[in-house]
Amino acid sequence: MEIYGVFQVIWWLLLGVLLVGLAVMVGMDMGVGTILRYVGRTDLERRVALNIIGPHWEGNQVWFVLGGGAVFAAFPLIYATAFSGFYVVMLLLLWSMILRPLGFEYRSKLPSAAWRSTWDWALFVSGLVPMVVFGAAFGNLFEGVPFHFSWNLTSTYTGSFLGLLNSFAILCGLLSASLSVFMGSVAVMNGGEGVIYERSRTLARVSSVLAMVLFAAGGFWVHSMQGYVLTNGPGAGVPQTPMQQVVTLTDGAWFANFHAHGLLWLLPALGFAGMLLGLLATGARRSHMAWWLGALAWIGVIGTAGVALFPFLLPSSSVPAQSLTVWNSSSSQLTLTWMVGFALVFVPLIVWYTSWAFYVMRGKVSAEHVAADEHSY
Amino acid sequence: MHDITVVDLSRWQFATTALYHFLFVPLTLGLSFMLAAMETVYVTTGKQIYRDMAQFWGKLFLINFALGVATGLTMEFEFGTNWSFYSSFVGDIFGAPLAIEGLMAFFLEATFVGLMVFGWDRMRRGQHLAVTYMVAFGSNLSALWILIANSFMQAPEGAHFNPVTMRMELSSFSQLIFSHDAQAKFVHTSIAGYVTGAIFVAGISAWYMLRNRHTELARRSFRMAVLFGVLSTAGVITLGDALGFVGGQAQPTKLAAMEGLWKSEPAPMPFNLVAFPSQKDQVNHADVQVPYALSLLVTHSMDGTVPGFDKLEQQAVERIRNGIPAVEALQTLSSKPGDADALAQFRAHEKDLGFGFLVQRYSEDVSKATDAEISKAARDTIPQVAPIFWSFRAMVAMGLAMLAFFVLGVIYSLRNRIERKRWFLKFSVLMIPVPFLASEAGWLVAELGRQPWTVYQLLPTWMSASTHSVGYMIFSLAGFVGLYTMFIIAEMYLMVRAIRKGPEPPHAGDSDWDSGPVLGNSVTGQAEG
Ligand code: HDD
Ligand code: HEM
Ligand code: HEM
Repeated sequence: MEIYGVFQVIWWLLLGVLLVGLAVMVGMDMGVGTILRYVGRTDLERRVALNIIGPHWEGNQVWFVLGGGAVFAAFPLIYATAFSGFYVVMLLLLWSMILRPLGFEYRSKLPSAAWRSTWDWALFVSGLVPMVVFGAAFGNLFEGVPFHFSWNLTSTYTGSFLGLLNSFAILCGLLSASLSVFMGSVAVMNGGEGVIYERSRTLARVSSVLAMVLFAAGGFWVHSMQGYVLTNGPGAGVPQTPMQQVVTLTDGAWFANFHAHGLLWLLPALGFAGMLLGLLATGARRSHMAWWLGALAWIGVIGTAGVALFPFLLPSSSVPAQSLTVWNSSSSQLTLTWMVGFALVFVPLIVWYTSWAFYVMRGKVSAEHVAADEHSY
Repeated sequence: MHDITVVDLSRWQFATTALYHFLFVPLTLGLSFMLAAMETVYVTTGKQIYRDMAQFWGKLFLINFALGVATGLTMEFEFGTNWSFYSSFVGDIFGAPLAIEGLMAFFLEATFVGLMVFGWDRMRRGQHLAVTYMVAFGSNLSALWILIANSFMQAPEGAHFNPVTMRMELSSFSQLIFSHDAQAKFVHTSIAGYVTGAIFVAGISAWYMLRNRHTELARRSFRMAVLFGVLSTAGVITLGDALGFVGGQAQPTKLAAMEGLWKSEPAPMPFNLVAFPSQKDQVNHADVQVPYALSLLVTHSMDGTVPGFDKLEQQAVERIRNGIPAVEALQTLSSKPGDADALAQFRAHEKDLGFGFLVQRYSEDVSKATDAEISKAARDTIPQVAPIFWSFRAMVAMGLAMLAFFVLGVIYSLRNRIERKRWFLKFSVLMIPVPFLASEAGWLVAELGRQPWTVYQLLPTWMSASTHSVGYMIFSLAGFVGLYTMFIIAEMYLMVRAIRKGPEPPHAGDSDWDSGPVLGNSVTGQAEG
């Protein structure tokens, strides 16, 4: 393969790393938002739950920001086509996301119960909606999205807003929300005690079972779906536009990569194993281990989806030949090379200082401290 | 074809959300360094009052920071949602600094801000100080990378068009990041943030002094702020002049708009101090001129000249004619990649490709463009002169006013006269909005002056927008306006409340969170988590 093709694959893998980072870290915080009103019945209980992720949610959120930036830099055509095509859905995502910083920062600044309750609802919405949208977006990739290009690559989306909320997409959305609730519950278990701990333990068990069921159902569904096959085109490592390929639709084609390379079945297996062992670990009150198992489950799920679609990134249902793939939507070799360099230096650095931040703030968050501390949320 | 209403609505939306984001950005940039400075004094001298200062101003910092982050999220995705052609056309270049900004700056800023807030008792003093510096460096690094990206739009360097992939591609990473425009923009804009932080602290401290509250903390904060402010304002003005110099060479149409230059004139050119530019008649009404000044200001010499719109429009006509064959060649290449004749034709006219796109707005098939359509497109290359002209003068006037303010402030403060100068304290409070307005004015100059291009002389704005329906755009614009209005109300309310409450004297062991403020001193009562 051309060296350019190698960089394209590296960036496809890095995209996976970023998505996992996003799902694990942001998903955890959003999970806490989703379960906040259930786990915390009194104001103080809610504040404890919020303060468990209090020192970290801001840093974690950058995985989401970086996800956007990295797609822009490495796959600009995806950034352009997907974000404008999914316009209304993107707005829902954004409008709910931007409630979060205010929810954390402003909620406990006023004593009024109505004020706090409003922000708790805001945190619920900004926890649940983005995770459902995140999963639903993946669901739509399997179904294909109706868009096409003009001669100069201006993209036009021809579907409706509701088309993006089809039943398979909703299933994927629920899967992603379940995993996020699992991670959020486990995070609350890690940092909480007493009733909050017990309530989140219940939620963690329910959500891991739900996730297993949804993941399995999704697998069967995809099996009966028409998948896309790149039958002809310039291929990997060749500069091109999406106007030069031939794409066909075949039943069950999304499983082709797994059939061709048996080892890939390890990915869905990893997903299931993470969920199942996560369930057992919460049962055994081993919440730290459950957190890591949840992260493995995310790697399994995202890996499965990515491998199934490969080399497609954004299939077009209206003009399949113009589907976007790793080969026709990536940046030039020079840009990819520079960006790999930056990622190699900075991603380990980020992991290092994020770990340090978690280390500094380790331990349980107690209600007395939250109540006494001027700085707490 | 693009619907021009959609393009205009997209512009309104971007302008609204960006100007709004930039209400919070300058304070983050400036205040973060001031917090670091206060904490440095605390760590080196051990004086508790400086810790109280860092914590009190830190509280206000966070109220502002939350909205900076929230509105920044919008910006990160808006290129894709609303400027999708722009994003795919230059994403190969433009996306890189944005991604690097995330990797290098946002992670630093956001990870350490959590530790800065929650970590007072979890770390040694020196460690906490280092954390505060990381927040400040992080926010300033983010400004650096986003301004590198923005400078590519203003003065594109280090890129070429690739007819095989039908987009702009990176040719030199170092040219991209070391562009003169980027350097000049970065220093001017980030220092504008320091000015903002300084006035904010000075203004609120003055308010306390007027009410005889927290005078010790207020006096020290005020002195620190005016010292920080006088240096920063001097910097902003010097570097603003440098920016005008660099930018003027890269973007002659912006310069002509800033100066209201309809006609080219021989050196030494006079400066229009006041004028009422008329876009329709292409003249200034009622202008007051300072002889020789323009040559001196923008070319730094007596015999320099800069072209007016008469010449620039004529050049645009020629470049449009030269650009038309480039667009035709691309159309051929799109259906027949690698066609040798088309490629040769493209290469010969490549440098005016953007001007060819410009006329496509009036004539989809460029080969049929009439003379009338070409002159209409050439006329489009003149941006809206009056708002640019006036925003520029407003920014400069506010800059000079703030310099005078800080110089007086330093004099009074160092002579310990400040509390007796009540008129000056009142004036300080009134100054708080000024740097914010100056920054907004600056961005209006920069962005309106770039029109009609998103990437100067390469990609017209009308082509850049996503192909949404008018209904979608009204929906999203209304949504942003509604949400952002609620946000600013909540923010202002909390900010004013926190200021009114002020830094409370320490009462150790207070555990009643509802009765509120326990600032500072109590090394004990601090929580984990
Ligand atoms: C000169 C400075 C500057 C400029 C021109 C912009 N920003 Fe900004 N941005 C900042 C300086 C900044 C900052 C100072 O770093 C912020 C403001 C408040 C904050 O918390 O960080 C920030 C926050 C911020 C965030 C939230 C980061 C987080 O989660 O911590 C995002 C995603 C963006 N910005 C993105 C953008 C984009 C895409 C812009 C271009 C239109 C933009 N900003 C203009
Ligand atoms: C935060 C400070 C900024 C402010 C206040 C600001 C302001 C504006 C305004 C007023 C417009 C509308 C101009 C018009 O359509 O007439 C605009 C457009 C635009 N700006 Fe900025 N801008 C800012 C930063 C940036 C940065 C850093 C970038 C790129 C990195 C950028 C990219 C754009 C784009 C793509 C458009 C839309 C296309 C256009 O109208 O030309 N802006 N901005
Ligand atoms: C008094 C002298 C000043 C001069 C000569 C000056 C000059 C300039 C110029 C020429 C631009 C346009 C840049 C471009 O070509 O795109 C600009 C932009 C800007 N100015 Fe100023 N300025 C001054 C004061 C200020 C002050 C006091 C502030 C705020 C506190 C400020 C904030 C900005 C901002 C935020 C921008 C937009 C970003 C950019 O283009 O860098 N300026 N200034």
